[in-house]
Amino acid sequence: MTGLVLLIKYALLYGSVLLLVAMGGMWSEHSGVINIALEGIMTIGAVAGALALCLLPEGTSAGVVILASVFFACTAGIVYSSLLAFASINLKADQTIGGTALNLMGTALALVLVKNFNLTHSGGQSPKLTYDNSPFIFKIGEVTVNVFVLIALVLLIVSYYLMYKTRFGLRLRACGEHPQAAASVGINVYRMRWAGVLISGLLGGLGGFAYVVPSVSIWNFEQGVAGMGFLSLAVMIFGQWHPVRIALCALFFALFKSLADIADSTFLGSLNLAKEIYRMMPFIFSLIVLAFTSKRSKAPKAEGIPYDKGMR
Amino acid sequence: MNKNAVSPLMMRAKAAGSSVLSSLVCILMGLVLGYLFLLLLNAEHAWDDGLLPIIKGGFKSFGNEALEATGAHMKPLGMEIAEAAPLIMTGLSVAFAFKTGLFNIGAAGQYVLGAFGGLYCALVLQLPWWVCLLAASLCGALWGAIPGILKAYLNVNEVITCIMLNWIGLYGANTLMYQGGNSPMYFLKQAKTYTVASKSPSSLIPSKIFGWDLTKTFNYSAMTIAIFLAIIVAIAIYVILEKTTFGYELKACGHNKNAAKYAGINDKRNIILSMVIAGALAGFGAGLFFLAGVEQYNPQESTALPGQGFNGISVALLASLNPIGCIFSGVFISHLSVGGNAMKQSTFPKEIADAVSGIIVYLCAFSILFKGFFRKLFGSKLFRKKEGGAKK
Repeated sequence: MTGLVLLIKYALLYGSVLLLVAMGGMWSEHSGVINIALEGIMTIGAVAGALALCLLPEGTSAGVVILASVFFACTAGIVYSSLLAFASINLKADQTIGGTALNLMGTALALVLVKNFNLTHSGGQSPKLTYDNSPFIFKIGEVTVNVFVLIALVLLIVSYYLMYKTRFGLRLRACGEHPQAAASVGINVYRMRWAGVLISGLLGGLGGFAYVVPSVSIWNFEQGVAGMGFLSLAVMIFGQWHPVRIALCALFFALFKSLADIADSTFLGSLNLAKEIYRMMPFIFSLIVLAFTSKRSKAPKAEGIPYDKGMR
Repeated sequence: MNKNAVSPLMMRAKAAGSSVLSSLVCILMGLVLGYLFLLLLNAEHAWDDGLLPIIKGGFKSFGNEALEATGAHMKPLGMEIAEAAPLIMTGLSVAFAFKTGLFNIGAAGQYVLGAFGGLYCALVLQLPWWVCLLAASLCGALWGAIPGILKAYLNVNEVITCIMLNWIGLYGANTLMYQGGNSPMYFLKQAKTYTVASKSPSSLIPSKIFGWDLTKTFNYSAMTIAIFLAIIVAIAIYVILEKTTFGYELKACGHNKNAAKYAGINDKRNIILSMVIAGALAGFGAGLFFLAGVEQYNPQESTALPGQGFNGISVALLASLNPIGCIFSGVFISHLSVGGNAMKQSTFPKEIADAVSGIIVYLCAFSILFKGFFRKLFGSKLFRKKEGGAKK
C-alpha cells in the first residue's frame, strides 16, 4: 500500500514537471523555434527560485513565499530564454547550437551563483542549496501533493485554450508551419516567435523549480536538472505537439521515472537490481517510442528554419 | 585550371583567415563578458584572482623562480596538454559528424562507453595500451552507430537519440564498472576504479618518444604521447574529409541529402558510417584520458556526464569545424579549464571557466555574422589588389 502511495506521489511530481516543460517546448516549436535549451532554462529557473526561497526572510507567510519564488523562477526562465530568441530569431543563428550553448552555460552559471551564495552566507564552497520546502507541500489523504500539480493543470487548460481557441494561438502556429504565408497576411513573424520562445522560457523556468523544490530540501546543482529537460523534449515529440496528448504522455513517462524512487520500498527491492537500471528505464523507453513514432511525426513544418523575410 | 589556380587558393586563404579572425573575436568577447561577470561577483579581486589565472592557464607557474629551479613550473602546462588530448578528440567527433549534417551531441555518452572499453581491457584483461585504445574506440563506435542507424532507417532526430543514449550509456557503464562495489575494476578504498599503473603498467600510454621522456620534461606523470596521437588523428581526419572520395560523399550528404542521393551516393550508409567514426573518435579520446592516468574513473558519480563530451562541441565550433583547427581550440578550452581551477576558489568558483566557454559557444552560433564582416573587409581592401595583380 505504501508503495502505491509513493508511486502516486512521485508520478504526480514528475508528471507535473514533464507536463510544464514539454508544454514549454510545444509553445516554442509551434512558433517555429526548436528549443533544445530547455535543460538550461530549467536549471536557471530552479536556481533563481531556490535562491529566492533562501533569501526570503523567515516568518514570511506561505502564500507570499510561493508567489515570490515562483515569480523569480518564471522571470529567470523568461530572461534566459530571451538569449535563445535573440540568437535564433534576430541573428538567424543555428537554433540547435544556440540552445546547446545555453545548456552549457546554464549549469555553469547556476553553480557559480550557488557557490557564490554559499561563500557569502555560510563560508563554504558547497554546490548545494538548502531551503525550506514545506509551503509547497500538502497532503490529500495519504498522498503527498505539491502546489505545482495544480499549477500545471491550470496552465494545461490555459495553454490549450490559448493555442487552439484564440487568434493569437492560430497566428503563432501559422508562424511555425509557413512563416512566409503568415507574413503575407500581415502577421509579424518575429514578434510571434519571440512570444513562443518567451512563453517556453516561463514554463521551462517554472518546471525547473517544480522539479527541484517539492522533492527534497537540499539540491546539488552540479547535476543541473539531470536530463529532465531532454526527457521533456521526448514527451513533447511523443505527445505530437498537442497539449492534451502531452499531458497523457507526461504521466506515462512519470510512472517509469518513479520506479527508481520506489524501488527500495516495494517488491521491486527484492529483485536486487542496481538503481541505475531503473534510472535508465525512462530513457530506454523514450528511445524505443521515438523509433516507432518518428516516421509519422506531426512536427511544425518550419521549425528550426530561421525566418528570412526575403525568402518567399 | 592553371589560369584560375591562384584565385581558389586566395579564396581559401580568405575563408580561413576570416574563420580564424571570427573565432578570435568570439574568444575576446567571451573573455570580456566573463570579466564583467567577475566584476559583478567581486570587483576587488576580479583581475588578480579571477581573469589573470584564466588567461595564464597552464603557464601560471612560469616566472616563479622557486618552482622553476625544481622544474615543477612545467606541471600545470603538462596537465593542460594532457587534458587537451581528449578534448581535441571529442571536438573532432562533433566536427566530423557536423560535416555530414549530423549534430553529435552524444559525444559524452560515447566518451563514457570508450572509458569503459579502455579501462576494462586495461584493468581486467591487462592488454597492451594500443589494444586498449582500440577497444575504447570500438565501444565509442558502437554507441555512435545506434543514433546513426535510427536516423538512417527510421528518421529519428539524432539530437534527441544522442541525448537519451548519453544517459543510458552513463548509467549502463557505471553499473558495469561498479556492480555494487564487487566489480573487478572498482577499488573500494578509493571509491574509484583502480589506477591503470597499479593493475597493468603495460596498458599505460607510453611517455617516451624517440628517447624523449615527456613525463620528465613536464614533471607530470600523466604527460604521455597522447597529445601526438590526437594530432595525428586530427591530420588523418582532415585528409579523409578533404582529399578522399569518401570524405567528399560525406560532405555532399551534409550539404544536400537529396542531391547526394540523386548523384548516386548511398546516403543511409554514409549517415551510419559518419556516426560510427564520430563515436570512435570520442571513445578514442576517453582512452587517451584514462589510459594516460590523468584521473581514475568514478562510477558512482552518475549525476553528471563527463564534461569532455559537451566541451567537444565548444572545441568543434570554435575551430569552425576544421579538424586542424580543433587541435588549437582543444588546447585553448583546456587552457580555460586549467585556468579556472587555478582561480582562488574561495573567491571565485572554477565553473566560471565553463561559463566563459559557454558564452564563447553562444557567440560561435552567430559567428557567421563576424565571418561575413571579415570577408567583406578582406574583399574590399587587401585581397582585391593582390588578386588583380595575379590576374595580370
